[in-house]
Amino acid sequence: MRHLLSAGDLDANAATEILDIAAEMAAVSGREIKKLPTLRGRTVVNLFYEDSTRTRISFEAAAKRLSADVINFSAKGSSVAKGESLKDTAWTLQAMGADAVVIRHPASGAPHRLAHWVDGSVLNAGDGTHEHPTQALLDAYTIRQRMGKIDGLRVSIVGDVLHSRVARSNLLLLPTLGAKVTLVGPPTLVPPSLGETSYDLDEVLPESDVVMMLRVQRERMNDSYFPSAREYSRRYGLDGARLRCMPEHAIVMHPGPMNRGMEITPEVADSPRSTIVEQVTNGVSVRMACLYLLLGGKS
Amino acid sequence: MKIYVRDGVIVSKEDAAEVIDTEGLVALPGLVDLHTHLREPGREDAETVVTGSRAAALGGYTAVCAMANTSPVADTAGVVEQVYRLGQEAGLVDVQPIGAVTQGLGGEQLAELGAMADSAAKVRIFSDDGQCVHDPRLMRRALEYVKAFDGVIAQHAEEPRLTQGAQMHEGKVSERLGLAGWPAVAEESIIARDVLLAAHVGARVHICHVSTAGSVEIIRQAKARGIRVTAEVTPHHLLLTHELAGSYDPVYKVNPPLRTSRDVEALREGLRDGTIDAVATDHAPHAVEDKECEWAYARPGMLGLETALSIVLDVFGEDWELIAERMSVSPARIAGLAQHGRPLNEGEPANFTLIDSTARWTVEPQGLASLSRNTPYAGMKLPGRVVHTYLRGVPTIRDGKVVK
Repeated sequence: MRHLLSAGDLDANAATEILDIAAEMAAVSGREIKKLPTLRGRTVVNLFYEDSTRTRISFEAAAKRLSADVINFSAKGSSVAKGESLKDTAWTLQAMGADAVVIRHPASGAPHRLAHWVDGSVLNAGDGTHEHPTQALLDAYTIRQRMGKIDGLRVSIVGDVLHSRVARSNLLLLPTLGAKVTLVGPPTLVPPSLGETSYDLDEVLPESDVVMMLRVQRERMNDSYFPSAREYSRRYGLDGARLRCMPEHAIVMHPGPMNRGMEITPEVADSPRSTIVEQVTNGVSVRMACLYLLLGGKS
Repeated sequence: MKIYVRDGVIVSKEDAAEVIDTEGLVALPGLVDLHTHLREPGREDAETVVTGSRAAALGGYTAVCAMANTSPVADTAGVVEQVYRLGQEAGLVDVQPIGAVTQGLGGEQLAELGAMADSAAKVRIFSDDGQCVHDPRLMRRALEYVKAFDGVIAQHAEEPRLTQGAQMHEGKVSERLGLAGWPAVAEESIIARDVLLAAHVGARVHICHVSTAGSVEIIRQAKARGIRVTAEVTPHHLLLTHELAGSYDPVYKVNPPLRTSRDVEALREGLRDGTIDAVATDHAPHAVEDKECEWAYARPGMLGLETALSIVLDVFGEDWELIAERMSVSPARIAGLAQHGRPLNEGEPANFTLIDSTARWTVEPQGLASLSRNTPYAGMKLPGRVVHTYLRGVPTIRDGKVVK
């Protein structure tokens, strides 16, 4: 594995290997000294064209726990803000000897372009409305940790699938690992060709082992995707009453940041059924595993 | 076979001043492109009238219609005359300027269409290409107004409200790639409206770069009802499909976007049966930096002049009658270019191109005459090469090389 651009690049073996290594990394993170010497002397660049404090910090923590040197390259206040092209930036990073570039970019496919222009590994940390493969991996890790397995589970992804890179990566990864995914949301926000679809959340909930809520931006209503925030939460928001319609073993996930009161109520977000905090913790372990495999580990 | 020429005209053997041997070659009337972006004035780093003319002559063209979206926009007699004169000076093809419909392509106020028609450039086609004339009232007025000088509005059919931020054909590939969709209905709804408007005011309308099966059907029905609509299709829409966007390489980004294989089939059928009148290149040169970037930030458009004939040959085979009709005769008629698209008979202007139909060649971007490199056919092996092209009896291409 040279790059991690898409969750679709991973077959079941490759994905399981990442999850297994992530479990070993999690053990390290539980120690008093949370550090391995594996990537000493290697340079990881966080190239962030979008503000995303949580993803950047997660990658930064992962790289540092593996003893890599981390350079944070934020698009604001940099040569990028002065109009430098992605290709020129790539050459600059190349000249500085970056072994891996973690890229977050508002344009779908930007990591795929970058991979043509650098010799090092490219990790897609979210590109436009396309993919976010490490998010899908940490979601899979969290599901496996909570449920003991992924194979055979029924996963419902609820909300703004159209604009969600989290949904697209999970749609590729979870079926590879044997889960059955159903997309739920208003027809305006669920593209018809992506997979099995339902427009009725209440019909789907009793049949779900995992319910993954997506962030829904309030601004979407200004573009007529739905009439109002209130109507959206009434039809597709997860509240206590709906939580009680789910099977007792079922869990609730959210990639964050949440719109409390929009797609999820505080009662649900803070309930023991919610995995939201674990997802953040697991993110570091999964990203350690990805960096390890791309830079230090086996090919 | 031989063609005899004197003073720019095809003559009998007895009157010949020059004899052109066409042995082993296919002779076609010089090709006519209804839709070329020459980028001059304004983007001379991407193409100039001279380099675009060279590319055209190498592609077998003797006339090209230069689109109005230059900088400054070709919306005044002054600009269209400048482009016209640059074409004359280059002297490789007849450059027929297209005038903008609205001032600055702004879609609000009509440009001085009559002044452009009366200018030395004698503009007959008007288009805001790249921008749709989406205001129905303005479109109606434009269609009506140009009747006075037998003009035609060439519409870039794209309902802008349905294509905000659009990056590629809306369908299963766009949904997978997370690129905002450009739905077929955004083209079809404008074409449906415009054929009805043209019928209402008794005007003629031309549809640029038709790209969907639904559009072909609407135009077919309109023609059956006697509405005066003509249409063009690009070589790339006859061959390439939206799956190519999967590489995120913006060389495949074009407007309207590459569509499905079902659309490609319908466009081919439409061109065969005459629903679509012409092949037009939409030759759109772009500087390297406008294509070597993220998909969403890249400019849409592809080179076309040097590859069009080969692509059409590749798609339709050696149907020379069809090729002459759709690449020369019909476009010349639509553009009102009386000197072009004529049969190769005595007394006709000596505008023709001679093709080696057995030759195959590999498209190498660095080898193209265009200043730009954004061809989607790089590395493809294509049939047919232009050997000689003649404009009014003077060779512009000899043995596959530009004469000047």
